[in-house]
Order: sequence, then C-alpha cells, then structure tokens
Amino acid sequence: MLTYIARRILQGVVVIVLISVGTFVVIRLMPGDPTYLLLGEGEIRISKEQMEAIRARWGLDRPQHEQFFIWAWNLLRGDFGDSLIRKGIPVRQMIFEAIPVTGILNVTSLALALLVAIPAGIIAGVRRNSTFDYGTAVGSTLGVALPNFWLALMLIVLFALYVPRWFGDLPLVGRIPPFGLKSWQGYILPVLVLTTEQMAVLTRVMRASTLEVLTQDYVRTAYAKGLPNVIVLVRHAVRNALLPVVTVIGFRIAFILSGTIVVETVFAIPGIGRLFTDSIFRLDYQVVQSLVVVLAVLVVVVNLLTDLTYAIIDPRIRIN
Amino acid sequence: MTDSTTSAANTQLISETAHRSEWSQAWRRFSANRIALGGLVVILLLALMAIFAPLLSPYDPIDEVFRGMRGGSPTLAHPFGYDHLGRDLLSRVIFGTRVALLVGLLATGIAVTLGVVIGAIAGYSGSWIDTLISRVIDTLMAFPIIALLVVLAAVLGPSLVTTIVVIGTTGWARFARVVRADIMSLKATDFVTAARAVGVRDWRIIWRHLLPNVMGPIIVLATLGIGGIIILESALSFLGLGIRPPNPSWGGTLADGRAYILRFPHIAFFPGLMIVITVLAFNFLGDGLRDALDPRERD
Repeated sequence: MLTYIARRILQGVVVIVLISVGTFVVIRLMPGDPTYLLLGEGEIRISKEQMEAIRARWGLDRPQHEQFFIWAWNLLRGDFGDSLIRKGIPVRQMIFEAIPVTGILNVTSLALALLVAIPAGIIAGVRRNSTFDYGTAVGSTLGVALPNFWLALMLIVLFALYVPRWFGDLPLVGRIPPFGLKSWQGYILPVLVLTTEQMAVLTRVMRASTLEVLTQDYVRTAYAKGLPNVIVLVRHAVRNALLPVVTVIGFRIAFILSGTIVVETVFAIPGIGRLFTDSIFRLDYQVVQSLVVVLAVLVVVVNLLTDLTYAIIDPRIRIN
Repeated sequence: MTDSTTSAANTQLISETAHRSEWSQAWRRFSANRIALGGLVVILLLALMAIFAPLLSPYDPIDEVFRGMRGGSPTLAHPFGYDHLGRDLLSRVIFGTRVALLVGLLATGIAVTLGVVIGAIAGYSGSWIDTLISRVIDTLMAFPIIALLVVLAAVLGPSLVTTIVVIGTTGWARFARVVRADIMSLKATDFVTAARAVGVRDWRIIWRHLLPNVMGPIIVLATLGIGGIIILESALSFLGLGIRPPNPSWGGTLADGRAYILRFPHIAFFPGLMIVITVLAFNFLGDGLRDALDPRERD
C-alpha cells in the first residue's frame, strides 16, 4: 500500500511539473513582452531605465530556464504575483475569492447527480429492457449531447421569460434570477446545468456496472442460499457496482472543471472559470498562468484521492 | 443431437463464415441497427447541406442585411427568423454546418493520426519512451481541455485553422491510450513472435500486423469523439475564441444570441438545436459501429 501511494504521488508530481513547464513555454510564446502589457498596449512612454527596472524586478533579463525556476519557486511559496490589470491585487487573493464559489457549485451538482444517478442506474440495470431502462437510456443520451452553454441559455429563457408568465412566482424559490449570484437562487440554474451532464454520464456507468456485477458467481450464490432480493442487491451487488462510479468521478474531474469554465461565463458567476476567461480577454497573463497551475494541482490531487479511496475500498487494487 | 449432425452444422457454419469477410459481417450487424442507420442518414444529410450550402440557403449569410429586422421573429420567408443584425438566421445556420463538420472531421483526423502513431510507439517500444509518453498522456487527459484550448487559441489568434489544429493536437491522448494498451497485449502474441523470428522489421510488424487489429476500436472511438469535438468547437466560438465573426458558425451564432437572450431567444435556439441533432447522430452512429465491430463490448 505504501509503495502504491508513493508511486501515485510521484506520478502526480511529474504531471504537475510537465504542466508548469508547458504553461511557462506557451505563455512565453505569446507575442510581445509582458512589460508592454503592463503599460497597456505600449501607449505610455517610460524611460529605458524604468523599463530595465521592471524587467529586473520580474527577472525578465535573465535566461529563460532561470526565469522558469524563479517562477516555479515563487509558486511553491504561494506567491503568484500581482494581477497585471487590476493593479496591486495579488493573484492569490483573486483565486482564493473565486475557489469557494466554484467549489459550492460543483460539489452541489455532483452530489445531486449522484443522488439521482445511483438509484436510477441500479433500477435500470436490475430491470433491464424495461420502460424505466429505456427512459433512462434516452435521458442520458440527451444529457450527453446537450452542449452545456445551450442548455444554460434555454433554462434562462424558460425561467426568466416563460415561467413567470405562466406561473408567476414559484413556491419556495420565488423568482429565479437569470444571471449573477446576488442571492442563493442564483445557484439554481447553473447547478441544474452542471448536474444534467454528470447525471447522464454517471447513470450510464452505474447501469453498466450493475449489469456486470449481477452476472457474478457470488451474486448467484447469494440468491441460491435464499437471501431476499433487497439484501442481495444492497449488500452484495451495489457495494461492488459503486467502484467504477468512484473511478469515473476521479476521471471526470477535468471535464467538470471544463464545464465550470463555460457555465460560469454564461451565468456571470464570479468563480474560477469566469476568472479564467475574463483574464484571457483582459490579457492578464499573470492570472492565467497561475490559474492553469492551480487547476492542474487540483485535478491531480482529486485524482490521487479517488485512486486512494479506491485502493482502500477494493483490496484487489493494492495487491496488483 | 448426434455427433454427425453437429459436425455437419459446424462445417456449414465454417464455410459460411469463411466466404463472409469480417467487414461484411460487421456491416450486416450494423445495418440491422435502425438507430445507427438513422444516425448515418442524418450525417449524410448534414454533409449534403454543408456541400450545397450556397444553393440551399435562401439568402446570403453575411452580406444580406434586412433593415429594421434586427432580431425579428420567424416568418414563412424566414423560418428561423433574423439574427441580431437582421441577417437571415436559416442561411447562417446552414453555412454553420460547414464549420461544424469541417472542424469535427479534420480535428478528429489529426487527433487519430497523432494518437495512433504515438500510442504505437509507446506500446511497441516499452522502456523509458513508454513511461515518458504515458505521463504526457496522463497530463493531457487530466487537464481541463477547455482551459488548454482557450489559452492556445488566445496565443495563436482565433481562426478556423487555429481551432482545427488546437483541438486536433490536444485530443490525441485518448486514442494513444487505447492503441498503446492494445499493441502491448498484441505484442506478446504468437503471430508477432513468429513474424519477429523470420526477421520482419519492427515498423512492418506495427503497420501490417498490429495496426489492422486496433482499427476497429479506433474507428468507434473516433466516431464517438466527433460529437464531443463539435461541442468543443462551438464552446470555443461561443467564448469568442473560435471562428471569427462575421463568418457563420453555430457556436458564434449562439454567442450572438446570448447577448440578446431575453429579447430574441430564437437566435440562440436554432444553432443549439443543430448542435444537438448533429452530436446525437454521431453518437448513434458510433454506438452502432461499436456493436457491429466489437460484439464483445455489447452489454
């Protein structure tokens, strides 16, 4: 087990290093010098000495490989530098403000998706070829094919235009705002959008793994010794059928973050995704390169955690 | 059943399978699948629409602007209505098919080619080359792909070519992973050992003996991947980093519609509907191909 953990951590570190090097290279390939960006399209004239001072402060006058190590060392110490555009605001502060928003959004939608997908997948697997099975198949096929930004816009139209016209204010939630996060109701539509895709994928996985488990000898044995259906399902089948779902969640974390980028942009929600696209358009590369590394670390850590959970739940992994 | 009838049945079965090639059997399984055939028909129709876009679209998608009709609702002469500048939405959606299919097919082509070559090298060579390539694959698969595409598109400057190249060169990892795993297991089989023993060169073993065996799963994965790539292209154009206006693309038109979503909801509705139809068609085709080419995968 210890060698397994050590090996996985090492692999994670390699991935993070590769991504940091990649990001660094890509950002340096961009046309222009960051100091010109700092001056805003080079319209403000400054003396050569001032320019040199800025370059020296950022280490831009040193060889590329040295610049990389300075940048990496600063990242390691948690110093992401200052935003180029929002002057004087540390990048770290911007990221830390955005993380909780994205976190709430994605954890809620993942929890909701699991809440629906696990029972739906089990029922669809047990009652194979039933109406329910076909229903979930149609639902998950559609869920995968719907682009999240389109679904988002259509939900905005539905809840901001038609629902108030037909029903007036809804019970419990009142009027759902189409954009922004001024109240908790602002989370409703984005969570709905993010839940749809996860739900579609996870239901499929749960159904497939339920089918797989039901053909196993130990399930037949459990039936043969006269256990009631519910006990066989809950105690023997479902516990094992859940394992692939854990792997898929770990595997999908990158997709989930991709979805966040688009959905936060559509709904104007101040999370990591919106910060990312905004910074791209504001040419705030200091924020962009830090965010890329933060996202990479996040993905690697979540992958590592799911792998370890998996190894704890399923002893077969540890032995291999 | 007696032994003689069994063996007679076996002989008949053998002769039947012998004169039917593997591919024609696959076609038989595929054509029995109505949903998959439906997907194929829709894709062919979309392809015709893309090729004959100038003939099919009633108006010019870029230059013909109807004054005073900004965001106008659908009418008989303009079934999809007008866009935010007063152009015919139907014509823009028809021309958008070109971008979607072009990016979907070319980017997938680039990704499959890279994936097969890199995966074959990793799987066949083993050693440190395999370790290095595997870590690069992990990295690409682990990273939020939209973030990568957005950064690259911003660096290279958004355009049709950038979109194709960027999606193609970042999407090869999943193909490489499958090819690598398959080639590793095939490498240990007797027919490869035999080929080596008689002195066949490595690249010839890969090309003639190994790759034909992994083509089935790759075709399936590629078809299933096209839908995802079309969504990625639309997402990029939607974020303003894909196809540049005024050129018509579904994602770009969706972005136009987003700004007026509460006033003219139809602008965003129609291109999105086209994306859903196209993605569903490719997914149905891919599922059908999987059942036909790889019967083991069926549940």
